Amino acid sequence: MNGLLRKLAQHAERRLPALTRLRQPEPLPIELDRRRIYIVPSAFGIAFSVLLMVMLVGALNYANNAALLLTCMLGAACASSMLLAFRALDGLRLRDIRAGHATAGEPLELTLSFFASRLREAVRLDCADETHAFPVDGVTELKVYLPTVWRGWQELPRLRIWSTWPLGLFRAWSWLHPQQSVLVWPRPEVGGPPPFLPADAQERLRPQPGEELAALRDYRRGDAPRHIAWKASARHHDLLVKDFDRPEPRETWLLDWDALRSFDSETRIARLARWLGEAEAQGRRYSLKLPSGSITAGCGPTHYARCMSALALLP
Amino acid sequence: MNAATAAPLGERGFDLAALSVVAVIALHAPHLPWWLTAPLLLVLGLRWWQRRSQHARTSTWLKLPLLALLVLAVVGRYGNVFGQGPGTMLAIGLLVMKLLETETVRDARVGMSFACFTLMAALLSDHSLVATIAVALGLLPPLAALRSLEPGRRVPAPLWRELLPGMGLLAVALPLAMLAFLLVPRLSSPLWGAPNSAEQRSGLADNMTPSGFTQLLVDNSPALRVSFEGPPPPPDQRYFRAYVMDQYDGVSWAYRDAADEPPAALEAAHGIRYRINLEPTRQRVLPTLDVPLSAPPDASLRRDRVVVADKPVDKLLDYTLTSATAYRLEPQPGGDQARWLELPDGFNPRTLALGQSWRKQYGSDDAAIVQAALALFHDGGFRYTLAPAPLGRDAMDDFLFDTHEGFCEHYSSAFTVLMRAAGIPARVVTGYQGGYWNAMGSYLLVRNSDAHAWSEVWLTGRGWVRVDPTAAVRPQRIDFGAAAAAPGGQLPWYQSGWLQSMRNRWDIVNRWWNLGVNGFDALRQRSLLKPFGVSETETSTLVGLLAASCVLAMLIGLAWVWRRREPEDAVRAALRGLEHKLARMGVVRARGEGPRDFLQRAARVLPTQRERLIKLMHHYLELRYAHNEAAAESLRALQRAVRDFPVSRVVK
Repeated sequence: MNGLLRKLAQHAERRLPALTRLRQPEPLPIELDRRRIYIVPSAFGIAFSVLLMVMLVGALNYANNAALLLTCMLGAACASSMLLAFRALDGLRLRDIRAGHATAGEPLELTLSFFASRLREAVRLDCADETHAFPVDGVTELKVYLPTVWRGWQELPRLRIWSTWPLGLFRAWSWLHPQQSVLVWPRPEVGGPPPFLPADAQERLRPQPGEELAALRDYRRGDAPRHIAWKASARHHDLLVKDFDRPEPRETWLLDWDALRSFDSETRIARLARWLGEAEAQGRRYSLKLPSGSITAGCGPTHYARCMSALALLP
Repeated sequence: MNAATAAPLGERGFDLAALSVVAVIALHAPHLPWWLTAPLLLVLGLRWWQRRSQHARTSTWLKLPLLALLVLAVVGRYGNVFGQGPGTMLAIGLLVMKLLETETVRDARVGMSFACFTLMAALLSDHSLVATIAVALGLLPPLAALRSLEPGRRVPAPLWRELLPGMGLLAVALPLAMLAFLLVPRLSSPLWGAPNSAEQRSGLADNMTPSGFTQLLVDNSPALRVSFEGPPPPPDQRYFRAYVMDQYDGVSWAYRDAADEPPAALEAAHGIRYRINLEPTRQRVLPTLDVPLSAPPDASLRRDRVVVADKPVDKLLDYTLTSATAYRLEPQPGGDQARWLELPDGFNPRTLALGQSWRKQYGSDDAAIVQAALALFHDGGFRYTLAPAPLGRDAMDDFLFDTHEGFCEHYSSAFTVLMRAAGIPARVVTGYQGGYWNAMGSYLLVRNSDAHAWSEVWLTGRGWVRVDPTAAVRPQRIDFGAAAAAPGGQLPWYQSGWLQSMRNRWDIVNRWWNLGVNGFDALRQRSLLKPFGVSETETSTLVGLLAASCVLAMLIGLAWVWRRREPEDAVRAALRGLEHKLARMGVVRARGEGPRDFLQRAARVLPTQRERLIKLMHHYLELRYAHNEAAAESLRALQRAVRDFPVSRVVK
């Protein structure tokens, strides 16, 4: 019996791909229309229709036309709510999806941008065992988190968008399968040695002689008098002190794929990822040399993202 | 799904659920005892306060005793928990109990479904137009509550704004509801027991004790509505007979129902044909105008021309009858004349003595004795009042010789006893007298407060003659109705003056409602298709029609929702129109071909239209790209040009 049901379900899925998980990926934007919105009564809807039947039989039995009219009215209102459930999704558009950055194993933040020309309330989106409920009015953005496992390109899963608006009696749903992939960065290893530095690195890095004036701050007891900004203090009630930023002399890390020859490639990637993360956290400059190409020294989030993406895309 | 329904209920959802329960209680309040309504509202209020400000749950140790109290209250009032009355009372109590344990979305859904059900139950006891509209409006809070259970919606700030969408939903549903109402096949006989007939309902009873009418005479609800074929009888002939009572035991008069005797002989010149629309009375007697010539279907005529239906009147009943107002009823004395003279022994000695003295005084002139009695009421210092002094064991003696005050029951009872004492066959008749003639609807509205009692005496050669002793005391009662008869200050405020007249005028709506909606029964449903030449509509036809109209309604609904909301770009629509025309002429726009290329190609292919097409192309391109907003004038010119573009078959 179960086997038969499963076969039947598989057949149905093949025949009606839009209805099911077999829906093919499609490019954005995706607009929901009547061909891909499905409606079934919810469990509550079925229970409520049983109640309506009881009311109908009661009204008929007592030949009470006022009660019958009321029951008909309630029934018709429930039937109309089916159309409203459809309208909650019809014409809804998934415009684009922006992916954040995440290393493998961490949830990846996706920003879905929906558009609807009129207000849609109580739209729900199932993504990764989580249901998000939100209204859509004009352009509405929704943040969801996608679990990740491996580095590299990850296709977006099929998302179920559904609604039981307005009374919870009917459930309208549709599958969204955006043809879009997100890049998952490699997971850095947990611990390990610092990168091997070329012998001349120390010499090339001289301590920074100059002290750069970073900001003015309030005088604190114990500040050296020569640091007081007299001119600026004259315009204020309190003494102002020049705050000096003394950058740590840090050497540039030249990270090289070939320097880790003794490991397999995933271990190398994990180690390089850790080094990249540490370098970025310490504010160092770093460069990356990979079989697929080199990235010259730099720092900052954009540089970091470029390096991590290059790592993620290694075969 | 499960996680969604087990989610805790939000504040707004709980407010609306509580409001729904309040609405249910309010709509049931007219037929619930106050000692139930007040505690229910109190419990509801406490629960609301508890959840809103204490965020606490109600303990089971509180719920169980409350439940027990509820069941006790129902059993205490009705004796059991089954049937319509106790069932409704129990359901309302349970609804309040449900709110006590409403914490999650699922609880609220169950509660709101149940609230819809109990709302319908409110119509079982009152199905007037106003009640139906009130109950329909009572659906709004449950609908709003169900709406508020959906997560991810915009929550409007004021509570009342939540109710508006439900109104729209009901309005949209109305046409389909009407169709379904017309077409749902009615049952010709109920599946299970008819409504509980033991229910208390004011109305004429088959016995009469002096002062027993007081409840009835202040009950302003409609009793029957009468429409006449031809002009209505004058006010002093609007006597509607219900019961003819002959048994007097010193306290009360009683009607004796004997099914086996044929109706008494009646000589009448002509009859008045009329139709009565009777409100449910839970009794079998059918009031008729004066003396009916025959009984309507499903009813029979008793000996004294009392019409008794085969089963109690549990719903609105329509019947058509012919009655005589000028007649001779039983002109020859019947075999059992002594029963109209029976008087209990040992009661009312002074009254009996008075009757006998009249007999001695007037000899065999019965009419003179009747006149003497009426003169006594007229000149003896009697007063008409709805709140007479209480009477003792010899009630008629007390009334005639001491208190001198009372209303129709007292007068008819005393008169009948006097007549019997004098040896004249006499009986008490109860029914309705008067009514309000609604000129707009051409019908007579008779209210329960128009209930009346009078007497009939048997006079040789004339048969039974109606004598209304109340008229001797207070003629206004007969000429202007019950309201005019009441001395000032005795009627409640809502029965007096302009308000009463407003209510009388408003009654026409109730009549339409009764005729159109409440009276639409299996019989009338079968003749639904008569205008279309189908004399008898079968149940299967009805079901088929119902299914067809549901499908039709769904199609209309789908057409409505499938209609694209976003207006299409008018410029592009115009271009598309042109494309269609060109396609018919053999020039099909290729995929990926821009409008400029396409129209240039078309101009090459169709040299005859070259000028036009190039002009159209420039027009389109200008509209499309020259301005942000297409100029309305220019747009209309383009649309016109496309419309006027001639389609000519290309001879190949």
